[in-house]
Amino acid sequence: MDIVLFLTGFYALLMKRNLIKKVIGFGIMEYAVNLFLILVGYRSSGEAPILDNKASDMLFVDPLPQALILTSIVIGLGVTALMVGLCIRIYQHYGTFDIAEIRRLRG
Amino acid sequence: MTNFLVIFVALPLFAAFALPVMARFLKRGFDMLSAVVTGILSLCALCIIFNPPAFPLVYSMGSWQAPFGITWLLDSLSAFMLLVVNGITFFVSVYSINYMEQYTGKWKYYCLFMLMLAGLNGVVLSADIFNLYVFLEITAISSYALIAFGTGAEEVEASFKYMVLGSVASAFILIGIGFLYAKTSTLNMFDMANVLSATGASSKPLLFVSSLFIVGFGLKSALVPFHAWLPDAHPSAPAPISAMLSGLVIKTIGIYALVRIVFNVFGINFVTSQLLLALGGISMFVGVILAIGQWDFKRLLAYHSISQIGYVVCGIALGTPLGVAGGIFHLLNHSIFKSLLFLNAGSVEYATGTRDLKKLGNLQEVMPHTSWTSLAASLSIAGIPPFCGFWSKLVIIIALFQADRPFYASLAILVGIITLGSFLKIQKYVFYRKVKEKFSKIKEAPALMCLSMAGLAVLCFAVGIFFKPFFGKVIMPAAEILIAGKEYFITILGG
Repeated sequence: MDIVLFLTGFYALLMKRNLIKKVIGFGIMEYAVNLFLILVGYRSSGEAPILDNKASDMLFVDPLPQALILTSIVIGLGVTALMVGLCIRIYQHYGTFDIAEIRRLRG
Repeated sequence: MTNFLVIFVALPLFAAFALPVMARFLKRGFDMLSAVVTGILSLCALCIIFNPPAFPLVYSMGSWQAPFGITWLLDSLSAFMLLVVNGITFFVSVYSINYMEQYTGKWKYYCLFMLMLAGLNGVVLSADIFNLYVFLEITAISSYALIAFGTGAEEVEASFKYMVLGSVASAFILIGIGFLYAKTSTLNMFDMANVLSATGASSKPLLFVSSLFIVGFGLKSALVPFHAWLPDAHPSAPAPISAMLSGLVIKTIGIYALVRIVFNVFGINFVTSQLLLALGGISMFVGVILAIGQWDFKRLLAYHSISQIGYVVCGIALGTPLGVAGGIFHLLNHSIFKSLLFLNAGSVEYATGTRDLKKLGNLQEVMPHTSWTSLAASLSIAGIPPFCGFWSKLVIIIALFQADRPFYASLAILVGIITLGSFLKIQKYVFYRKVKEKFSKIKEAPALMCLSMAGLAVLCFAVGIFFKPFFGKVIMPAAEILIAGKEYFITILGG
């Protein structure tokens, strides 16, 4: 399922003509990657990784990916904010969000 | 002892956040800070190169030892990259002092510039794969913002394009890191190399992760099927930033990070090497072919960046000592002459207000300094002896012949000839062509801009002249790190 989520975001990011939809696609893709990292650390019927005296043989979920996605979420937030800011600038210059009309640079 | 490594990231970070405060109280002079910081850092890097400590130096953050904590690694490869990054950044920041007079909000520019430098140094030093990703994102985000710095219609469009493709690349890299973590349960590169070689031959998952990384880092370094953003993004940025992007960013967060992981963590294998070699060959050829028809000064240079990156990848992907050394040497040379060429293009644009080759001409009379420095850089990139570009291309071509790849070798020679033609065109149209006396009123670029261009031009020449001791003392030790492969990282973990 995660790969479906990822591909949905990927599709929207690359194929959608509307810039805002591209930004949303980026968000979906970012979430798919984060979800993937969380799933890497998941152990079925694992407990929250809190070490105390009474439980030494418990099965814990891996806490490291959870720490990683905190960083990754913050990075994603920064990129999304910058993207939306650029979208506003692009709208001021071109008066449209349609990528097909924003073509001043030739390929 | 290893604590001094921290300054390569801490000093630019400090400067980045001190600059807005300084700019609030000082009307002028805060723009010197970035030049001072990069000057100090490049002196440190020079000291490391010429007075090398006992490599490899491992710095453990917060004293958490190797498999658990975040570690940084200084060896002859990362010391070499530190010298390249900080040296070029020093010249670029000296150049910026005069060039950025045309823009408002200079302190924002310097703040982002210093963040970018911190990210680049972090990528070079980091030996923790997630830490590397974080520094890579710092560099990437500040370069998105710097490309759009002019906030004109073209700048924001190019920046958005770069941003979409850059974030796709980051997502691929992060997924690759996730798969690697799932397989090895560690993020430390030394430990990862250890676990990967201990679990043995299951090379199919590794191949999948390699291909994720090749797509991700290939997008960041604009290898050919992934190059679409570069010819828009690099010309749209302010000239010093174009120089940084073409000279350093695509190499550090693209090539260096990729080869560090592929060689030292995975160990290069036949398929990866073939794939990289093919990508390099295609980039080399397509980049130069696309450059032929360009009439925009900076856009033409941007296409040549793609082509020259192809040389670097071809050399390194061979995996033979000579090939890797040639690739690394070309990486250094390309960052010198391509930054210089972008700075030249910037000062031509600064003086005349245009970068359309058809509208320029006869500038060698009114802008002698820009003219001779640009000539030195053009001769270097075209591979004319004794300039630096000649030696590295020669080494790569010899290595390709030695490794029994005559096709790629002749491709490299062909591309070299087309490059020469293309740069003769630049020289003719911008500097030597006689046109109506339209440009008689313009002046040479300001002193600091000339100074930094002259410095880089002297480097082009000096590296070419002192090729032999330099190659033996600096390039070969760096190449040996990559050739030693994953056994090198395993020994670091053990010792």
